[in-house]
Parts: sequence; C-alpha cells; structure tokens
Amino acid sequence: MTTATLELSPAPDSWMAVCEEARLTPGRGLAALLPDGRQAAVFRDRAGRAYAIDNRDPFTGAQVLSRGLIGTADGRPFVASPLLKQRFDLETGRCLDDDEVTVAVYPVRLT
Amino acid sequence: MTTPTIVLVGHGMVGQRFLEALADRGVTERARIVVLCEEPRPAYDRVQLTSYFSGKTPDDLSMVEDGFMERHGIELYTDEPVVAIDRAARTVTARSGRTVAYDHLVLATGSYPFVPPVPGKDATGCFVYRTIEDLLAIEEYAKTATTGAVVGGGLLGLEAAGALKGLGLDTHIVEFAPRLMPVQVDEGGGAALLRTIEQMGLTVHTGTGTQEVVTADGSVTGMRLSDGSELAVDMVVFSAGVRPRDQLARECGLDVGERGGIAVDAHCRTSDPAVFAIGECALAADGRVYGLVAPGYEMAQTVAGVLAEEEPGDGFTGADLSTKLKLLGVDVASFGDAHGTTEGCLDVVYADSRAGVYKKLVVDGEGRLLGGVLVGDAESYGLLRPLTGTRPPVSPEQLVLPAGAGAPVALGPSALPDDAVICSCHNVTKHAITQCASLPEVKKCTKAGTGCGSCVKVIEKLLPKAADQGLCGCFSYSRSELYEIARTLRVTSFAALLDSHGRDGAKGGEGCEVCKPTVGSILASLAPAIGLDGYILDGEQAALQDTNDHHLANLQRNGSYSVVPRIPGGEITPEKLIVIGEVARDYGLYTKITGGQRIDLFGARVDQLPAIWTRLVDAGFESGHAYGKALRTVKSCVGQTWCRYGVQDSVKMAIQLELRYRGLRAPHKLKSAVSGCARECAEAQSKDFGVIATANGWNLYVGGNGGATPRHADLLAQDLSDAELIRLIDRFLMFYIRTADRLERTSVWLERLEGGLDHLRDVIVKDSLGLCDELEGLMAAHVADYQDEWARTLDDPERLRRFVSFVNAPETPDPTVRFVPERDQIKPDLTILTIGTLEGASR
Ligand SMILES: Cc1cc2nc3c(=O)[nH]c(=O)nc-3n(C[C@H](O)[C@H](O)[C@H](O)COP(=O)(O)OP(=O)(O)OC[C@H]3O[C@@H](n4cnc5c(N)ncnc54)[C@H](O)[C@@H]3O)c2cc1C
Ligand code: SF4
Ligand code: FES
Repeated sequence: MTTATLELSPAPDSWMAVCEEARLTPGRGLAALLPDGRQAAVFRDRAGRAYAIDNRDPFTGAQVLSRGLIGTADGRPFVASPLLKQRFDLETGRCLDDDEVTVAVYPVRLT
Repeated sequence: MTTPTIVLVGHGMVGQRFLEALADRGVTERARIVVLCEEPRPAYDRVQLTSYFSGKTPDDLSMVEDGFMERHGIELYTDEPVVAIDRAARTVTARSGRTVAYDHLVLATGSYPFVPPVPGKDATGCFVYRTIEDLLAIEEYAKTATTGAVVGGGLLGLEAAGALKGLGLDTHIVEFAPRLMPVQVDEGGGAALLRTIEQMGLTVHTGTGTQEVVTADGSVTGMRLSDGSELAVDMVVFSAGVRPRDQLARECGLDVGERGGIAVDAHCRTSDPAVFAIGECALAADGRVYGLVAPGYEMAQTVAGVLAEEEPGDGFTGADLSTKLKLLGVDVASFGDAHGTTEGCLDVVYADSRAGVYKKLVVDGEGRLLGGVLVGDAESYGLLRPLTGTRPPVSPEQLVLPAGAGAPVALGPSALPDDAVICSCHNVTKHAITQCASLPEVKKCTKAGTGCGSCVKVIEKLLPKAADQGLCGCFSYSRSELYEIARTLRVTSFAALLDSHGRDGAKGGEGCEVCKPTVGSILASLAPAIGLDGYILDGEQAALQDTNDHHLANLQRNGSYSVVPRIPGGEITPEKLIVIGEVARDYGLYTKITGGQRIDLFGARVDQLPAIWTRLVDAGFESGHAYGKALRTVKSCVGQTWCRYGVQDSVKMAIQLELRYRGLRAPHKLKSAVSGCARECAEAQSKDFGVIATANGWNLYVGGNGGATPRHADLLAQDLSDAELIRLIDRFLMFYIRTADRLERTSVWLERLEGGLDHLRDVIVKDSLGLCDELEGLMAAHVADYQDEWARTLDDPERLRRFVSFVNAPETPDPTVRFVPERDQIKPDLTILTIGTLEGASR
C-alpha cells in the first residue's frame, strides 16, 4: 500500500518531507527536526487533516508538544501539552488558556 | 483585676468539649485554666472505644488536636486524680499532693461501671469496659482464654461481646431483663436483635442473672447463673450499667441525687455557685442522669457560655435520648417515645424475622409521630427522628415498609421543616445545613456529621447536586455512566462512543484531553469482558493514552522519561538489584528509591527506552505501571519470616496481591500495602486497600490515602482467610472501577459513595445488589488476560517505531534533553530549556 507523504514548510517557499502519512496515528503527533535545528510537532486528526506547530512547550521550555493529546473545543482542533496541560490551537498556534502566548504554526501538505 | 482560675476535674469527652467551647469564646485568653485528669492520657473518643479492636490506636482515638493545649495556654496534668475539694478555701487537692486554687470549678468526672456485688467479682479474669486501659488488659488476658462471658446485654454489653468475639473467644451474653438492649428497644426489636446475634455464633442468656463468679486459685473458671446453670468461662466482662462519679462532690457536701449524680440547675451549677458539673456525673435539672455524649456536650456549651458571661439562655433543660448504633454489625436505632408510654398512643409495626428487621413507630391519635424503634434496617432514622412531634406527610405504614415493597418512598428530607434538627450530636438544623454547598463544608462549618455519622445520608440529600455532572465538554455522562454504557453495549472504540453518546456539538470531533484517557482507561479495564485486546497501544487505543501510557514511562520536566520496573512487594534479589544498577550506570540514569519500595531511573530519552527495557525484560523485570492510572505497588514489611512480632507472612501476601492486580487500569492510581502485625510498619492504613495481619488471618482496610489529603483507611472486614481476602479485594476494586469518577481516588470515592462504608460493605460483603459474581468474573478475566506491556511492545518492531526523538531523523537524539551533574548523579539542564526556539536552534 502506498500512502501519501506528509510535507512541511519550515520557511516560506520551501517544503521538506516529514514522513509517510500512515506513520501518524490519527489523534496523535510526532516530532520532526527542521533544517535549522528547530523542532516541529506534526499531527493527524480523525478526519485525516494534518497540522504542524512548534514542538516547544512555551510554559516549560521542553520539546514535548508532539506528545500531547489532540482534541476539539468549540469545533477547533487543539493539542494539550503533556506537561502542564495548556491547550494550543493547531491552526493558529494560539494558547487557549493564556491569551499572551502563541506558538509558531507551519504549513503542511500531503503529496 | 487578677486573672481568674478555672479548674476542670476530669478530662473525658465532655471535659475536652468544654475546653474547646472555652477556647471558641476566647475565655482561654482571659483565664488561667488547669485540667486535672485521672487517666494516663488526655481525652479520647470513648464512644469509639471498641474500634481499638479493629486496629485504631490510642493515638487515633485522641480527641485533642495537636498543639491545642499549648495554643490556648491550658495546663493539663495527666495521671493526677483529684482526691479532695475544699469549698471554703476554694482549692482542690490531687493525689500527688498538688493543690490548686480555683475561682470556678467544673466537675466532669463521668461514670464508673457498675459491678454487681456477686461473690468472685474481683477475681483475676474479671474486667470492666470503660477505658483504653481496660481494653488493653482485656486484650492481654484474652490471649490465654478461650471462652468469655459478658454480664449485661445493653448497648455496652453488646459492644463488649463483639470485642470478645473478635478476639477469638466463644462468647456468652448474660442479661437479667427478658430481652437485649432493654432500655433502647421493645420486645419485638429485642427478638429481632437476638436472632441476628445468635446467628453470629454468640450465646445469649436472657431473663437470668449472675449469681457467682466461680474461681480457682483466685482466677475465673466459670459463672453460676440465677437459673441454676453454670457456664465454664475463662474471663468475665461486667457491663451492667454505669453510675455517676459523684464521690468527690458528696464528700465536700454538694447536693447529690438520691440515686446518684451531682445535682445541678439548668446552667449546670451545683448547690455551690462556684462549682459546676457536666456530663455523665451530673444530675440534670430535669431529674435525669444522661449516659450519652450529646447531652454532655450541650452541658459543656452551657457552662462555657456562663463563664464567658454570655446572655443567659434557657441552659440545659433536657435532651433527646435518640440513638443510632451499629452493634455487632446490626443497625439499632430508637428515638422519641420508643416504648409507647404516652397515653392513647398507637403502634405501627413492620417485622421480617427472616431478614432480622423490626421497625415500630409510635403515633398519637392525630397521627403525630412520637417515636420509634428500628432494628436491622435503620436507614430511615435520619429522617424520622427530626419528624418526631410532627404529623408526617405520608402515612406511618409507608414510613416503615421497606423501599420497593409497594411503598412509594415519597418522603425526602425536603419534607422536613427548616428548624428540624438533622444532626443530633451537634444540634444542627436543616436551615444551617442548607447554607453550605458540600458535605466537607457542612462538616467544617457546623460539625454536623462528625459525631456518630448517622445523619450524613440525610445531609447529602439536602445539599444541591452539581448542575452538569458530565465528564467534559464532549460528554454529558459521568465516567461511571460511560463505563456502564461501554460494558452493556460492548462499545470498543472511543470514536463510536463519542459519535453515539457524545454531546451534540462534540459528535464526530476529536474528543479532548479529558475524555480520551478516561475512555481509554475504561476500555482497558473492560478489555477482556468486551472482547478487546488488553494491549493498550495498538490502533485507536494508542491515540487515547496520555503520553506516559503512550511511552510506557513517566515524562519529566525536560522531556526525558523515568523508568520503574516492578518489584513486587518490594522484594528483590541481589542479582536483579545489580541489573538495575548496571542499566542505570550504562545509560547514565539518576536513581532514586521510591516511597513504594522500588527504584526509579530518571533521565532516559524516548529513543533509549526500548534498549533499556530490553535489558530489564531479559533480566526478568516487568513494567511497573508507574506511568498509568493503574495498580502501582503493594508495599510490605518483612513480617513473620524475620520480624519477632509478625503473625503472618506479609511479604508473600504482598507479592501475591501485586501479581494479581498488576496492570489493572482504574480511574486513578491504586496503592496497597501489607503489614505483618498490628504495628503496621508498611503503613497499610494510608493505602487504597491495605492489609494487616492478625492472629487469625487478615484485616482489610479500604479508602486510605497519603499525599496532600491524607485519609485513614476504613476497616472493611476482619480475620479473613487468604481466599476471603482476595475475593473481597477483587470485588472492592472492580466496584470502585465501575462507579468512581475520573481521577477520583478510593478515599474520595468512599467519602462520596451514598451510604458510605456501610453501603460498600452491603454491596461487596453481603452482596446486597447481587453484583459480586459479576465483579469477581471481571477480575478473573483481568488476571487471566494480563501480559507485560513492555515485553509485548519489544516483541513487535512496528510498536517500537514510536520510540524516536524525530520521525524524520530516527538516529538523532533530541539535543535539548541534556543533563548537568549534581551530587554524583545527573539532573536536567534547565538552562537549555529557557532559551527560546530560535536561539536554541543556533547552538
Ligand atoms: C464502650 C462505650 C461505648 C459508648 N457508646 C456510646 C454511643 O454510641 N453514644 C453515646 O452517646 N455514648 C456512648 N458512650 C457513653 C459516652 O462515652 C459517655 O457518655 C461520655 O464519655 C461521657 O463523657 P464524660 O466526659 O462525662 O465522661 P468520661 O468520658 O467518662 O470522662 C470522665 C473522665 O474523668 C476522669 N475522672 C473521674 N474522676 C476524676 C477525678 N477525681 N479526678 C480527675 N479525673 C477524674 C475519668 O478518669 C475520665 O477520664 C459509650 C461509652 C462506652 C464506654
Ligand atoms: S508490622 Fe509487625 S510484623 Fe511487620 S515489621 Fe512491623 S512489627 Fe514486624
Ligand atoms: S447525628 Fe451524630 S453526627 Fe450527626
């Protein structure tokens, strides 16, 4: 079975392959190392949509957001940090529990 | 003005309450307070005395909060009985010769047990049942005895008989009256009680007196009864009533009643206005001596009010003699005019001799409730007592019929008037209770429910129910409801459950971080019963687990993990210890001994976990589930094998339990311990389920907790065999898993459970809901189904693929997981984490 490849854009106009789509369990994430040393957290939801945000949990500094659980709140997808459980919108990077905090979001596509 | 001195003689239950009442009113700041106490220890809970035999220590029974005396500057002298009062000089003199001058003297000397003047009553082997010292002596003597008799079949006699039985003696009860508990219950109630007690294996002799205690060489060998028969017994406990301790008062010329008791007025003043008497030693203004604690408390409040120079109220004019007790496991309650002495009153009786239930209500011609007796089922006591004196909203027959017997149980506490006293121990009205939002708040603000506890059920019904009991934004069902749905409909997937039973807006969505792990845990607990694989990390189940379960390790603050192999019962061979040491050394892990008697290895990167576990599994270790809401450890002390005090093999039992319940997923983590004797070195009473060895088997305690909200576990059952113990724990755990809320420890669950410990005992010991077979079946399936998660994970390369730092660079470790040295080991390098993403990237 061939599956699509998940690609991520670490910077404008550049795309990199992350993994085969099937590597991602729906509802869970994985971490990816970006060319400049940053880390991204990539996720796939039940419906097959993919998301990528920065992997660093801004509250603790640990690179762990990829290990959080994803969910839906008011119809929008989020991930909850596995450390102190703050939630981040997967499409905007906005923290749902603290207006002052956002994390970077990366465009993704399946090819 | 000089500071007045208040002297209290006797530091029993009422004395202590009096001191608290003084402190509440600030009198302790204005007066010097001296307490002279005959017993070798400060006040303790005499009402709960018998619980010493179910494992409560004298310290547990203490009624004096730590630091209370110091905080309020109260001088307390124990082992210091007062021997004389000089009213002219206003001094008291104690046995040691200490003399204290008083401005106000308060006598709270309680009662002494009445011992009938029969020959042999002072022989070795004769006891009374009043103080902790009495119980210690009984316990010691019972070690060499096989048969015992209790003289007196009243409230205390039955408690004493229960204690002797618990100590393993063949026990006789001798009661002069024609029935048991003649004061509290009527003939029908006594008959129901008799049947139940005989079924427990006690021998009851009613309508006969004790003529002589037969002795040989000064020790008890038997007892002759007034009907001529003789019983061979090794020890005798007299429990034939109490008499007020009014000797001191008599000797200094205070008025005492004809049949004893220090005569006082409504403000508890004796015939000398500088002297007060409170509690069981006092003959109250209504001409009665009260042998119960609640009236004594009221007297204590009254005198404290007088000494605080409060506006005088009515004082103490009499009290309700209502009682609800659990004697030998049988509920017995009586209230109001229990014996129907009011002229023209009528009885409404319900009796079921097979079930040992007897209920009688006394009503007057107009249907007003006057009182009643309840034996075997005192459920409705909390409601009926406050209704006394009123005309209940439903007919008396409906009030005594058991629920479900065609009786519409229309009567709820909402039917009670606002000024109805719900808690008679602390005199708290319905109005006061409805001002609070939760049971803990009620207990804190009004003290209601902290005495005998019989009112708690009614209090719970009076409190508002939280509006939305739903688990989270996705489900309007509670965890236990979802458990039932999954079990009965055999739902095996989170998505299916969400789409069929989720809230409207949540259907088809992802769920959330609250419901996913909750449902994951439910599915894991139920796996064998609903046809799921117990391995939690395949397919959809993988997506439900918190990161700890997902990586079978505990996430730490810098993104590294800790690893805890199972060490059942805390017993480990040197070889295995060496393997742990070698693994820790080779991977540079920080090691620490945990509170659960095992070893935690910190600082593993996610990509190192499989290699670490390969070595551990090869050496025979299994997952310790330290990451899961699951059974953690069963601690143990060395027990009988090594310890000179031990009475059972506690290590063997702990290992057996840990291996039985390992891997069991629950609403929260579960901890356990087994102690080899009552010294309790394994601290079993602070565990979710704790086991303490006895000479005859095991005592099982449940609902304990350490941590931030400690709770002493409750004794569920005594002297169990190995098989009985395991069967009860099986049922307990499965009942908890089935009915608890998310993240609700057994301690909180038990506090919340309607009906509390009694209900739990009914369900899992007496099988009142007919659930036990099913609960045991579920546990049997779990035990049969158990497999080590780490071994199964290592067996399958597909499952190992998640253990990488980066999916696109599997060979690269996460550069932000770094360590610095501390005390010859490592600790997380947190500086690297405080550097923002971009700077971090440039390193
Ligand atoms: C086994 C048992 C079970 C009970 N169950 C219940 C129950 O379920 N419900 C209920 O309401 N009641 C119950 N009671 C009764 C209850 O314990 C008493 O009503 C209560 O303890 C009375 O308190 P008190 O302070 O008046 O007397 P106590 O608690 O007896 O205290 C009096 C203290 O004064 C001391 N003292 C006496 N003389 C002197 C002196 N000269 N100098 C110094 N100190 C002196 C005594 O040593 C004693 O410590 C029970 C009693 C027992 C023994
Ligand atoms: S609990 Fe008892 S058997 Fe166990 S170590 Fe302590 S004293 Fe010994
Ligand atoms: S009635 Fe005893 S605690 Fe409330």
